[in-house]
Amino acid sequence: MPTRTIRVDTLARVEGEGALKVVIRDGAVESAQLRIFEPPRLFEALLRGRAYTEAPDITARICGICPVAYQMSAVHAMENALGVTVAGPLRDLRRLLYCGEWIESHTLHITMLHAPDFLGYDGAIAMARDHGDAVRRGLALKKAGNDIMTVLGGREIHPINVRVGGFYRAPRKRELAALAGRLERARDAALEMVRWTSGFEFPDRERDYTFVALRHPEEYPFNEGRIVSNRGLDIPAADYEANFAQMQVARSTALHSRLREGGSYLTGPLARYHLNFDRLSPIAREAARAAGLGRSCTNPYRSIVVRAVEVLYACDEALRIIGRYEEPDEAAVTLEPRAASGLAATEAPRGLLYHRYRLDAGGTITEARIVPPTSQNQAAIEEDLASLIGGFLELPQDALRNRCEQTVRNYDPCISCATHFLRLESVRL
Amino acid sequence: MTAPHRRPRLAVWKFASCDGCQLSLLDCEDELLAVAGAIDIAYFPEATRGAVSGHYDLSLVEGSITTAHDAERIRQVRGRSARLVTIGACATSGGIQALRNFADIRDFTAAVYARPDYISTLATSTPIAGHVAVDFELRGCPVNKRQLLEVICAFLAGRRPAVAAHSVCMECKLKGNLCVMVAHGTACLGPVTHAGCGALCPAYHRGCYGCYGPQETPNTASLGGSLRALGMDERALHRIYRTFNANAEAFRCESDRHAD
Repeated sequence: MPTRTIRVDTLARVEGEGALKVVIRDGAVESAQLRIFEPPRLFEALLRGRAYTEAPDITARICGICPVAYQMSAVHAMENALGVTVAGPLRDLRRLLYCGEWIESHTLHITMLHAPDFLGYDGAIAMARDHGDAVRRGLALKKAGNDIMTVLGGREIHPINVRVGGFYRAPRKRELAALAGRLERARDAALEMVRWTSGFEFPDRERDYTFVALRHPEEYPFNEGRIVSNRGLDIPAADYEANFAQMQVARSTALHSRLREGGSYLTGPLARYHLNFDRLSPIAREAARAAGLGRSCTNPYRSIVVRAVEVLYACDEALRIIGRYEEPDEAAVTLEPRAASGLAATEAPRGLLYHRYRLDAGGTITEARIVPPTSQNQAAIEEDLASLIGGFLELPQDALRNRCEQTVRNYDPCISCATHFLRLESVRL
Repeated sequence: MTAPHRRPRLAVWKFASCDGCQLSLLDCEDELLAVAGAIDIAYFPEATRGAVSGHYDLSLVEGSITTAHDAERIRQVRGRSARLVTIGACATSGGIQALRNFADIRDFTAAVYARPDYISTLATSTPIAGHVAVDFELRGCPVNKRQLLEVICAFLAGRRPAVAAHSVCMECKLKGNLCVMVAHGTACLGPVTHAGCGALCPAYHRGCYGCYGPQETPNTASLGGSLRALGMDERALHRIYRTFNANAEAFRCESDRHAD
């Protein structure tokens, strides 16, 4: 029996270190494993003994690409513990900051990390020689997202202005108004990016996913909502751990998530889109239709288009928030520590991000639990490889290896988050 | 006949970190394509799958050493790099993950993993300079992207980077910020923290929390008196230095002077 082995020492253009092993026997995929060997940094342990006020800054350091997601889940969980709700302009500002992160993180992935797979380049810099306009447009769009982060958060990476209860300093109306012109241009660029990605060639593959995302009565979800699925799940965030289990496997420093009733699930853009299409703004819905997406998309390779639709939505939403912004009287609400537990789930660019903390009477953290989106998606990534790659076995070795990498990148996996470079190893037996 | 001009080769390496400092290079949206035109980005897995083996003119290293494997890998990186520059708090002091240095590692792994025996990690998180010779350390959690560009330009031009080693306090004065400690009684590490951020926190009405690590000659004992006068107790004084640069010597020693 012929045996062929494909090895790539580093699967590039993802955030983190790991490995991929696909075993092909008798012309079929026998198993697919995502191994993560990002060195563990042990955040849940080092948070113990810290003040509740420190959680947003400390957990931001889990991920330089989506620090706002960690800050948001942390502040909401602490406010949940302390019995406080942040409303009005402060709530809007949090949504605005999240818009900034979605724009910069999604556009980085679409333009710099994922598009080269579809157009056949090693990276965006090589791609820029032939597709200079698209790369420059992506960089400008990414910068618009980072502009929101800089004005509102103080800097692009690890913003310094977020605190439990609100912000250290609420921006002046004119500071936000100054962003409007750039965001209008960004919205036009995002619309072009939706059209651009929709013209790529997509493998014709679908999967029947269990999609899990937040759903809010009025909004496309960022900061709050019930946790829902396309299989009838509809629970408050407080019931997350009763419905989802995390388990450890020997090959990974990231924990794997499963539905307790059995089976993998998918969180992130495809899930949010499926479960919240009706909550998108008209311009985003119209762009999605024009791009050939239905109300739902079950082809993981088209996730790049859905991500672009979400960038368009985030630009539109940021403009709406800026348009109605009134400066709050106080930059933060006052909080009194107490012995309590609190939790929250918010929508990071890559999907659901769950935090739970226990505090003592002085507000010191005694226990922390953090479930990032990539660890929740690990099982779905492996199942995509196992069930979709079988259809590509006629490809030559290099092309097959590229297809495996592209399939993993559909998820924009953040292995720094889930614990981080993938090594791809494919064995044909 | 002269040899054809070879563009300098840059590599970007990752150890235990959040990816934020290397992302700072991709966040130079206006300069990135110009940088890529002037230098050969020969190894940068976060951005490109093309990899060139061999030697590099400049290696940027992000992250700290937390595994035996990484302790060996950094030696190989050093061996292949003409110049090696660490970027950020993890690579320069050990990062937030160096809080393990003050704890029992078995207790730490057991708090996160049901099967700590599957996890292979060192009891300490240590800076790159603890393992190999480092040509320059750029501070910050994360680094300032303007300073990162300056460091790349300087090394490729064969000069020292123009990166100030004074304190955040000095940056505040240069910027004309109101002193948050004097005006609002807000605890601030600006007097002892390395400059580079542009005195960001005070500009947002917040005290500096030391994410650039200690300045060249910090007088932490003197600052301690002022912080105590603002009502900080021993435990607070212990913890304020135990964050993103907890393992930097000046911060570690000052923290040790106060009981948790």
